[in-house]
Amino acid sequence: MTSVDAAYSSWGRPRVEAGKRVVRLWWRDQGFPADRPALPFGNGRSYGDSCLIREGAIIDLRGLDRFISFDNDTGLLRCEAGVLLSDILAHFVPKGWFLPVTPGTRFVTLGGAIANDVHGKNHHRAGSFGHHVRRLELLRSDGTRIVCSPHESADWFTATIGGCGLTGIILWAEIALQRVPGPAMEVETLRFSGVDEFLELSRSSHNSHEYTVAWIDALNPGSDGARGLFFRSNFAADQRPVAAPRPKPGLPFTPPVSLLPKAAVRLFNAAHHHWPRRSRQYVHYERSFYPLDAVPNWNRLFGRRGFFQYQCVVPYSAAEAIGALIARVARAGEGSFLSVLKVFGDHKPAGWLSFPRPGLTLALDFPDRGEQTLKLLDTLDEITVEAGGAVYPAKDARMNAQTFRRGFPSWQRLEDYRDPAICSDFWRRVAVPQPGE
Amino acid sequence: MRKVLIIGATSAIAAAIARLFAKDGDRVFLIARNEEHLKATADDIAVRGASVAGYRSLDVNALDEHRAVLEEAEGALGGIDLALIAHGTLPVQIDCERSPGLTAQELQTNAVSTIALLTRLAERMEERRSGRIAVITSVAGDRGRQSNYVYGAAKAAVDTFLEGLRQRLHKSGVGVTTVRPGFIDTPMTAGFRKGLLWAKPETAAKRIHAAIGKGTDVVYVPWFWGWIMLVIRFLPRSIFKRIKL
Ligand SMILES: Cc1cc2nc3c(=O)[nH]c(=O)nc-3n(C[C@H](O)[C@H](O)[C@H](O)COP(=O)(O)OP(=O)(O)OC[C@H]3O[C@@H](n4cnc5c(N)ncnc54)[C@H](O)[C@@H]3O)c2cc1C
Ligand SMILES: NC(=O)c1ccc[n+]([C@@H]2O[C@H](COP(=O)([O-])OP(=O)(O)OC[C@H]3O[C@@H](n4cnc5c(N)ncnc54)[C@H](OP(=O)(O)O)[C@@H]3O)[C@@H](O)[C@H]2O)c1
Repeated sequence: MTSVDAAYSSWGRPRVEAGKRVVRLWWRDQGFPADRPALPFGNGRSYGDSCLIREGAIIDLRGLDRFISFDNDTGLLRCEAGVLLSDILAHFVPKGWFLPVTPGTRFVTLGGAIANDVHGKNHHRAGSFGHHVRRLELLRSDGTRIVCSPHESADWFTATIGGCGLTGIILWAEIALQRVPGPAMEVETLRFSGVDEFLELSRSSHNSHEYTVAWIDALNPGSDGARGLFFRSNFAADQRPVAAPRPKPGLPFTPPVSLLPKAAVRLFNAAHHHWPRRSRQYVHYERSFYPLDAVPNWNRLFGRRGFFQYQCVVPYSAAEAIGALIARVARAGEGSFLSVLKVFGDHKPAGWLSFPRPGLTLALDFPDRGEQTLKLLDTLDEITVEAGGAVYPAKDARMNAQTFRRGFPSWQRLEDYRDPAICSDFWRRVAVPQPGE
Repeated sequence: MRKVLIIGATSAIAAAIARLFAKDGDRVFLIARNEEHLKATADDIAVRGASVAGYRSLDVNALDEHRAVLEEAEGALGGIDLALIAHGTLPVQIDCERSPGLTAQELQTNAVSTIALLTRLAERMEERRSGRIAVITSVAGDRGRQSNYVYGAAKAAVDTFLEGLRQRLHKSGVGVTTVRPGFIDTPMTAGFRKGLLWAKPETAAKRIHAAIGKGTDVVYVPWFWGWIMLVIRFLPRSIFKRIKL
């Protein structure tokens, strides 16, 4: 296995190289790379530095992209960890199967989806991705291979779900696909004002709708709180022809400065207030789940400095923290391209370090304006931690060790299961004891 | 449904083409050395819709095993409509320069074995008066360059062989497709730093699959290599010998 100079980065940090070198795995029997320390890398759709290792080697797993078996009766799919969710969809949706859980982009790998225990719009019903993983195989740097599941080597399984890639290389996994009638979804859009109204809509949609999510305008909260659009949907029982969105041309390069000036963001956010109060449409699932995937490399719009995404979760009992976060952002006047609000269900988290937990989750984007942005994000941390919440590692590039440890009290346990040859910039920042600690 | 034999089936390029055969619902038999990799490739294309007639481990340099293995493949498939030969190794040129033994071995793997396989396959297809043979050679065979002329010489030998074979088989209705890839990002080229000219195996596969479907004689992959090689072939020798390529 050869290491070569790397040119990888994460989604929000185009300027930062992911690692100095890269080693690629093409086969499951290849063994753990000799170049260490190293970090498994999926498709770099994490925003921050949880998929980066600047002083080390990236283990690129996209070469492990094979299906292994599929059971047409149960929907159980076994495939290698570098398979993209988009590949699974392309093959299985026409056969009437869909992912049990999907994040807001389909260009992530199976391994990445497990390592961050990703969530989707159906968390209130289905839990997170990890709840649908039946088994997986882990390759450790000492050459051991651990096949684990909720019933065999369960500690390794729970450590690896949401384990940020630190427990070893996931070689393959089994997930349970779910039956769907076809690609068409019935989507209902409702306007709302304020977190209370949002909560009420979430509650009333809980049983009737598999998928719920809201967009909010965090820049111009009205007098009654954040205004937004609530989307609730199901795969349509009465399928009708719907067209998949055509990919738009992406930016072929990263512009030096952000192409998303504040005014444009405001305009975008203001536009949806003129939507009708309530509407119902049939759309192709790609439009509903992956609106951003239609523009390849949309992250480049933020320019070379990149951007931060801030996603946190707070318990139901501290719902007012959401209002406080939005108010703080509005006061700072820092633009957020798209702010997403969603209620997580009551499922027990699938992994020790899973981010999804009962409560409300809010996600905001911030162009990187340097010190002022970092300061603002620190104040958001304070509100989140105060509320007993947590910040999402998959999106994070800057939270401090205290914020992380308060949000993920089991971090020490994961550290015990971490492969000694694996580390990430993220983990170095939040968990590996620094000198003097 | 075509009956397809793939030799060097675990190559990244061949495996990507096999996925397109799978999508077509073709019946496929796979050959390479590594048994684990053969199984992984067979499982993958089976889930993707191929009917896998079987797979078999073979070192193509064991020429005396060719007959039995090809018969096994033909038997399992129930005839061969298409034979795709994709195996290959990319030696380090400097090592070849220091070792006649290594040079001979590379010519064996990249030229002699292929030509031996072609000799048998051609005979059968000529008898049956149908079929197509597709072989992956390389742009490296278009003109010897100091950076990889041992590999290039082997590919050129196969290329010339195919040119003649095409003429011979034409009257029997058997087609021959020569595939000349440029830089493709695969395990073979893992040690190279990738730039603008590099293509993914999936991209290469689409073009090769289409060329086979259309019955194209010679195809450059990706397309722009046809133009690049045109320039390189026509560079006057007096200049060519002075530059580094
Ligand atoms: C537009 C967009 C929308 C998104 N929406 C959501 C959302 O709705 N919900 C959500 O939860 N997330 C969301 N995300 C985040 C994304 O789903 C996660 O960051 C995901 O983990 C990225 O997967 P990846 O394959 O790109 O992995 P990478 O980002 O490359 O890596 C992610 C982590 O997985 C580890 N890893 C990758 N492969 C393996 C392996 N084979 N073995 C062991 N460890 C491995 C890495 O070490 C790293 O820690 C979104 C991201 C984008 C860009
Ligand atoms: N990649 C490029 O840039 C490029 C450019 C031009 C041409 N090509 C040509 O394209 C073809 C495929 O290349 P690739 O890049 O996809 O290569 P690859 O992924 O490295 O695969 C090489 C294949 O050759 C097989 N092979 C090697 N020696 C063998 C032997 N002695 N007996 C049987 N099988 C053997 C390997 O099987 P085992 O592992 O089982 O041995 C494997 O299937 C090759 O002919 C190559 O020369 C490649």
